[in-house]
Amino acid sequence: MTAVLGETWVLARRELTHWRQQPAGVIINWLFTVMVALMFGGLFGGAIGDDYFDYLMPGMFALAMFFGVEATMTAVSSDAAKGVTDRFRSLPIHSASVVLGRCLADLMNSAVGLVVLVGAAAALGWRWQEGLGRALAAFGLLLLLRFALLWVGIFLGLVVKGPESVTMVQILVWPVGFLSGVFVDPATMPTWLGTIAQWNPLSATAAASRELFGNPGLIPDHAMLLAVLWPLLLTAIFLPLSVHRYRRLGS
Amino acid sequence: MAEPAISADGIRKTYRGAQTPALDGFDLEVPRGTVYGLLGPNGAGKTTAVRILATLMRLDAGRAVVAGHDVSTQAAQVRQRIGLVGQYAAVDEILSGRQNLVLFGRLNHLGRTRAATRADELLQRFGLAEAGGKPVAKYSGGMRRRLDLAASLIVSPEVLFVDEPTTGLDPQGRQEVWSALRELVAGGTTILLTTQYLEEADQLANRIAMLWHGRVVSEGTPDELKATIGDDWIDLAFADADQARLALPTVAAHADGEPRTEEHRISVPVRQRTKALIAISTALAADGVEPVEVNLRRPTLDEVFLDLHRKQGDKQEVAA
Repeated sequence: MTAVLGETWVLARRELTHWRQQPAGVIINWLFTVMVALMFGGLFGGAIGDDYFDYLMPGMFALAMFFGVEATMTAVSSDAAKGVTDRFRSLPIHSASVVLGRCLADLMNSAVGLVVLVGAAAALGWRWQEGLGRALAAFGLLLLLRFALLWVGIFLGLVVKGPESVTMVQILVWPVGFLSGVFVDPATMPTWLGTIAQWNPLSATAAASRELFGNPGLIPDHAMLLAVLWPLLLTAIFLPLSVHRYRRLGS
Repeated sequence: MAEPAISADGIRKTYRGAQTPALDGFDLEVPRGTVYGLLGPNGAGKTTAVRILATLMRLDAGRAVVAGHDVSTQAAQVRQRIGLVGQYAAVDEILSGRQNLVLFGRLNHLGRTRAATRADELLQRFGLAEAGGKPVAKYSGGMRRRLDLAASLIVSPEVLFVDEPTTGLDPQGRQEVWSALRELVAGGTTILLTTQYLEEADQLANRIAMLWHGRVVSEGTPDELKATIGDDWIDLAFADADQARLALPTVAAHADGEPRTEEHRISVPVRQRTKALIAISTALAADGVEPVEVNLRRPTLDEVFLDLHRKQGDKQEVAA
């Protein structure tokens, strides 16, 4: 067990070293969500309403977690394509360490990204209204979503063939992001679209965060429960799939 | 007799969805301390064999023992004793050479200080000390492969698998990798080297197994292989193509196979080199068609492969 923890930390540190070696890449990634938030909050806010920025921000936090899928997938598929995964597999380390190292590194990356985004939002006047405790609970839910999406990213990274398919997922990220309660209330959409958007896991986390932060927006029933259940369900599906896929590397 | 470093017994492996097996009764025995060349064209099963022996892939049937441990049931023990250099330099491109070696040292359970000293030793040894701080993305192909080699030598492995180490390298890079490999050999590591370059196997390996359609079809020292598989060849050059045409029937009469002609040159396989040489010379002298040049030589490994190819083709025709 200590061996696994040690190996996990060594592998997570590898990612942290990546940040140091190529700071521009990670920083741009962190600032990218800030830019999206500014674009939508600033440009659409005026047309939609005064409290749109406060409505938008919890959604943006959830979207930032969702963007992480792409980073995880890119890292996993490039390690596999370049033979780095094979080298890890030929080393006397636990296979769990390879995956857990990736998890830890990506969670840290998303946590920093979230801090940057929250900082920017606060600078522009966004506030949590219900006290620190509930705010921390909201951040917990956001990172729970990120944890679940890690497994989606790892699975996709092991399935896709090469960097070309990464581009496709990068494009698909957008419709999935828009078809949710991130930017606008699904109740304002045509019924059938609204229903799909309502069931989007991003919507649950966004709505529950709005409730915990005390930000405006209609909170659907069971938002909190769904914000916990969705990530658990995603993990229950994609964690075994990832493990299966990882094992199949050897068949 | 000492236990071999690698022994494979009747390994079979068919990839999911594939029509034909990648390995079809693969047998191999590699004595300790040898450099063993696994030679074969693309698709012969070289990489599959290495991946199975290095525990990266499961075998369907058969048994393989590497460094005294079964690859199927004792993979963890095998992994502690092997190094793997894959077809692509499997190093982290964003990290520097030194950071890569420290990372792999730590993953081999070296302490922080030990991993750092070991990294410096290896950088020195593989001529990368100066480039050690640069990101690998800025390395040349030859430097990457050397770093890859260094990474697999962090804890001196008993058996080192080197899969097509010079594929895609320029001649300069190839020389660099060869000299790095030669140094290892001098250190006594057992190396299983796969290659599709005949010259490479000839240059580096003590023994060679020729892999063809997932099976070892021939095994021995490079010279033995050439002697057993192919006949010797006599190359004759004549003053012009007409002379060669005149000489051909006489030469063919003394050959042990189909002669090959090219303009003013004739090449023929012969079983008994000296006898054939004398017979052909005498007969040609009697005909009054004297060659301007006569050469007696062993077959090149290229010809050995062509020969295998032809035999395989014959078999398929018979089967059809």
